[in-house]
Amino acid sequence: MNSLPLLSLIVFAPWAGTVVLAFVGRSVSASTNRALALLFSLSTLALALVVLGSFDPHAAGYQLVERHAWIKALNVNYHLGLDGLSLLLVLLTGIVSPLCLLASWRVERCPRAFGMLFLLLQGAALGVFLALDFFHWFIFWEVSLVPAFFLIKIWGGPGATRAAYQFVIYTLAGGACMLLGFAALYAATGTLNFTDLAQLAATGQLGPKLAGLGHFWPQVVFVGVFLGLAVKVPLFPFHTWLPPAYAEAPTGVSMFLTGVMSKMGVYGFLRILWPLFPAQLHAAAPCLLWLALGGVVLGAFAAMKQTDLKRMVAYSSINHLNYCLLALFAVASATKPDAAAAALSGTLLQMFNHGLSAAALFACVGILEARAGGLRGLDDFGGVRTVAPLFAGFCGIAMFSSLGLPGLNGFVGEFLIFRGVFGLAPWAAGVACLGLLATALFLLTFWQRVFHGPVAAGVAAFRDLDRVEFLTLLPFVVLMFLFGVLPQIVISVFNPLVTAWAAHLP
Amino acid sequence: MTLSAEKLWFIPALPLAAAAVGALMPRSGRAIAAGAAIAAMLAAFLVSCVALSTALADPAAKLVHNFAWFDLGTSALRLGWLLDPLTAFMCVMVTFVGALIFIFSLGYMKADENFKQFFCFLSLFAAAMLGLLVANSLLLLFICWELVGLASYLLIGFWFHKPSAAAAAKKAFITTRIGDLGLLLGMLWLYNSTGSLLFFDGGAGVLETAALGSLAAQFTAGGLAVSTAIGLLIFCGAVGKSGQFPLHVWLPDAMEGPTPVSALIHAATMVAAGVFLIARVYPLMSADQVLAHVPLHALTVVAFIGAITALMGACIAVAQNDIKRVLAFSTVSQLGYMMLALGVGSWVAAIFHLLTHAFFKALLFLGAGSVIHSAHHEQDIRRLGGLRGPMKVTFATFAIGMMALSGVPFLFSGFWSKEAILHAAHGWEVSQLPFYAALIAVVLTAFYMTRLVAETFFGKARSDAAGHAHESPATMTIPLVILAVCAVLLSLLAWPSPWLQHQLDPSAHSEPDGISLMVLSIVLVALGLGSGWAIYGRKPRVSETSADPLATASPGLIAFLAAKLKFDELYAATFGRLNAASAAFANFLEVWLWGGIVTLLARLGEFTGLVNREADERTLNGGFNSVSEKVRGTGLAYSRAQTGDVHGYLRFIALGFVILVLLVVMGGAK
Amino acid sequence: MSPLQLCLVLSSLLFCIGLVAVLSRGNAILVLLGVELMLNAANINFIAFWRYGPHPDAGTGVIFVLFSIAAAAAEAAVGLALVIAIYRHQQNIRLQEATRLKG
Repeated sequence: MNSLPLLSLIVFAPWAGTVVLAFVGRSVSASTNRALALLFSLSTLALALVVLGSFDPHAAGYQLVERHAWIKALNVNYHLGLDGLSLLLVLLTGIVSPLCLLASWRVERCPRAFGMLFLLLQGAALGVFLALDFFHWFIFWEVSLVPAFFLIKIWGGPGATRAAYQFVIYTLAGGACMLLGFAALYAATGTLNFTDLAQLAATGQLGPKLAGLGHFWPQVVFVGVFLGLAVKVPLFPFHTWLPPAYAEAPTGVSMFLTGVMSKMGVYGFLRILWPLFPAQLHAAAPCLLWLALGGVVLGAFAAMKQTDLKRMVAYSSINHLNYCLLALFAVASATKPDAAAAALSGTLLQMFNHGLSAAALFACVGILEARAGGLRGLDDFGGVRTVAPLFAGFCGIAMFSSLGLPGLNGFVGEFLIFRGVFGLAPWAAGVACLGLLATALFLLTFWQRVFHGPVAAGVAAFRDLDRVEFLTLLPFVVLMFLFGVLPQIVISVFNPLVTAWAAHLP
Repeated sequence: MTLSAEKLWFIPALPLAAAAVGALMPRSGRAIAAGAAIAAMLAAFLVSCVALSTALADPAAKLVHNFAWFDLGTSALRLGWLLDPLTAFMCVMVTFVGALIFIFSLGYMKADENFKQFFCFLSLFAAAMLGLLVANSLLLLFICWELVGLASYLLIGFWFHKPSAAAAAKKAFITTRIGDLGLLLGMLWLYNSTGSLLFFDGGAGVLETAALGSLAAQFTAGGLAVSTAIGLLIFCGAVGKSGQFPLHVWLPDAMEGPTPVSALIHAATMVAAGVFLIARVYPLMSADQVLAHVPLHALTVVAFIGAITALMGACIAVAQNDIKRVLAFSTVSQLGYMMLALGVGSWVAAIFHLLTHAFFKALLFLGAGSVIHSAHHEQDIRRLGGLRGPMKVTFATFAIGMMALSGVPFLFSGFWSKEAILHAAHGWEVSQLPFYAALIAVVLTAFYMTRLVAETFFGKARSDAAGHAHESPATMTIPLVILAVCAVLLSLLAWPSPWLQHQLDPSAHSEPDGISLMVLSIVLVALGLGSGWAIYGRKPRVSETSADPLATASPGLIAFLAAKLKFDELYAATFGRLNAASAAFANFLEVWLWGGIVTLLARLGEFTGLVNREADERTLNGGFNSVSEKVRGTGLAYSRAQTGDVHGYLRFIALGFVILVLLVVMGGAK
Repeated sequence: MSPLQLCLVLSSLLFCIGLVAVLSRGNAILVLLGVELMLNAANINFIAFWRYGPHPDAGTGVIFVLFSIAAAAAEAAVGLALVIAIYRHQQNIRLQEATRLKG
């Protein structure tokens, strides 16, 4: 056993970076500040790779567990643990976060504060992925809002204040519902530990215990926790905070929001809602499937109507995340181990791949926006491929990855989701196909209007990618190809976990 | 020399490596990129020849090599390579025609600044196409299928600065994707029902007896066999990719791409992938044939769609004036023939026609490319004319291609393959309608090809561009000559004995050719050629504006045909509007319903806050304020007693003392 | 007149003199002197009631008076300090003028 508390290191290294920047950053130059922030951000990737080295790929349970009593009176433990799902998301955070900072390299307004807040956000997200006790899980969950709020409000576009308020209030409202739900759970069971609660649920004791509070309590608590998570993902129709927030946030933050923070919600569904409330989820699944389908189809169609490129990518993000939930709800709706394994693998892959491709697309739109001096309308560009072929190539790869082209990373996840959903709820797969078509339609329209055609007046002076932008996009593109051709690299991380899940379907 | 199935990946990997080389080269690395692409293609051709000799050693064998792609639960998702005569023939054809077209492109694209990129995309296409051919898994086939779609998108939109090219590329991708969704659903259904996507897997594959039997024994809601439903969904993919009615609309627009692309992708290879797909999954498509009492057989649909497409394409081609569009609709029509052959049960005839068609249609397109190249990108046949003199090689080879396509008897390969299809259609028990449609299409094909040749090469030049035309360079004419030779020589595959048929399908018994049918088709071809020559050849067009004889005779019909039967308008009015309406609806929901609910809640919150504030300020704060005002007033009043005069205080004390003493004294001091 | 009564008369006279001094004099020090006189009148009473009371052998009266004198000394110290403070403020010690704490 490794005696180092690796998981705590992963969580707190970015926060340590915040402290370092706070004390040291004042006396050094802006670029040193940026480099320091990047360095601390990279710590996640480095530590995640160390963890990957000591991770037993054949075990389904939690590994590298750290558990210490914390508040004895409330039976609260400091409990961190890692399984394939957590590791996948920690890796994703490790990959995406430094690239977000690279994409924000040109932020001139107080880079030290930007770096501090960003590292705070990164640490909070990592905490969510690793915490196994609701108490500090929820602290991480809510703390992540604070830096996100300031990052959007201070560094965002003209409508940022409104968007930031909407984002925080909407998410806080969801969080409050969840907190109340967990308060009820604590009252009924006396524990807030995810593993203990899941154990109770698996043995069928959780429902009766909650029912002890009152007849409808199991349903009420389910709805409360569900709302908190659904807002975060966001599940259709709880998504209206997302397009303005993503559109107004600065590029690097949009990348992080879509690449990492949107995964927190799906993670919550997989880690909390599904294990704790299988019966309620099963009962609600037919309705929830329609909601997810609504997100898939209407999200894609709404994206078609957007003229703001960032809003368009934001809607495509809604579309992609709802695929994850579609698969999960399909799994909850029927019991078929092989299809469920495919659907769950697809969900996890899709989370990872969407993190890469959506973040890359935001980076590309951000580059366009920077070149055009803040413009990002669909009609503000034209013929960009003529003047910036390298950028066009990278953006094209990101776009086709998002569109689910085989050979790039997006395809495998979507195929597995469709495979699973078809096995569990064939009609849902048929309806979801519309989403695939609409996605292709709006992404290709975007590509045609912006990159093809004659060179537009404002575009003629565009330069191609510079060094920092190249370094930002290159890892994305390389990984898209890598995981598209060899998905086994990612799948091997979580396959035992998914197999175990599918074998013990409630 | 033999090639084992494990090594089959060499064939697609060679052009893929060339594509990677091309992608990583700077823009100036033209020679390296083109050289790598052509060398890889020639090498792939050699490997394919070895594969062919391996496959022909035992035509009935299916050499497979399966491998796991990734873990999926307790099992794994497996892909594989497959080598049988069908794959081998197709690979040889694609690599051979591909290599010739690559060489042709050297000349055709010489002046283009994105020359290197062009070869990169062509190699990518070749890799995907070859991957599609050697796939032993419907999933791998689908992956390559999408990648050829991508390559087609990139190449149609190669001159992306032209808005029409960009739009055509998008249209092609979206239209084929509609079909691909059907294919995806079919694949999912197949996977769900059989648990595998491998074609052949030692008895467990989806095209093997066990799986087919179970698929034909289950029924869907409408009484269809599951295999029929899956087959029809897979056929959707083929309809999209092969430009079949009703998804043919993208193929004519795809002619916006450079002409070598039209030749390679939109005539010879990619569009034939749909035919190949149906031929590959033929056991699945025909699994429901054993059932007598089902409402529909999958192949019936295939046959009728093919017949409609063949007839429709030929009709539209009659009225087109763009040299490439005539050829494009001719491709649509010929693909319809192939589908018809598949539908009526003769996949061998379909593949035979696919092979011969690939050669002569590539020849025709490259010939058209040669014409366009020398006539300064003039594509309108009304503005060409008289090219027979200056472009002798092009004319001769184009004429050979035209005769092969028209089905001029005996010497030309097209005659034999078309004959096989007509024969199969004639023997179909379900209906004779497709057969008659095919017969009409034979006449029309001969007619419009005669018109095309007469307008382009005969008469006199009707524009400056055509007047200054000259023969193309050797890099362009040599491929033409080779393809022309092949268009003739391929007839040896069918004649005097149906050798190819035996290699492809050893189990098929050869029937004696119906002499009467052959005579009939010869008469029809002669009719088409004769009428075409009578209308367009004897009295060539005088100037670009002089009226078309047919249009004079029947202006409404020809205008309708020239407008491609108004399919684009129909789709724009239905699906286009539906799509726009859906987007508007979704956006409406976003802004008004979901956004509205949130705004409403926010306003409700604000309102509650307002009420709260009012209540606080008016009621609660008011009460406290008045109470504290009172307290303050009282304090003020009492503070007057605080005079600051020490004697005054002392007096009060003394007075108090005296009162206390008096009280004590008078109270009796108890 | 018994000796007790004589003592009481003495103490009453002393008290009244002190009271008059307190109420009538304007000088703060003289007012303090008056207070001391009144305290001493009380002390005489303590001693007298002890000496001629029922338990003259226990030393209760003396103890009381000792405490009282100590308290008077402390009070005189505080009073004098106040007087000095007043003097610093108004350059005299006339109580009539020391009305700053008026409400």
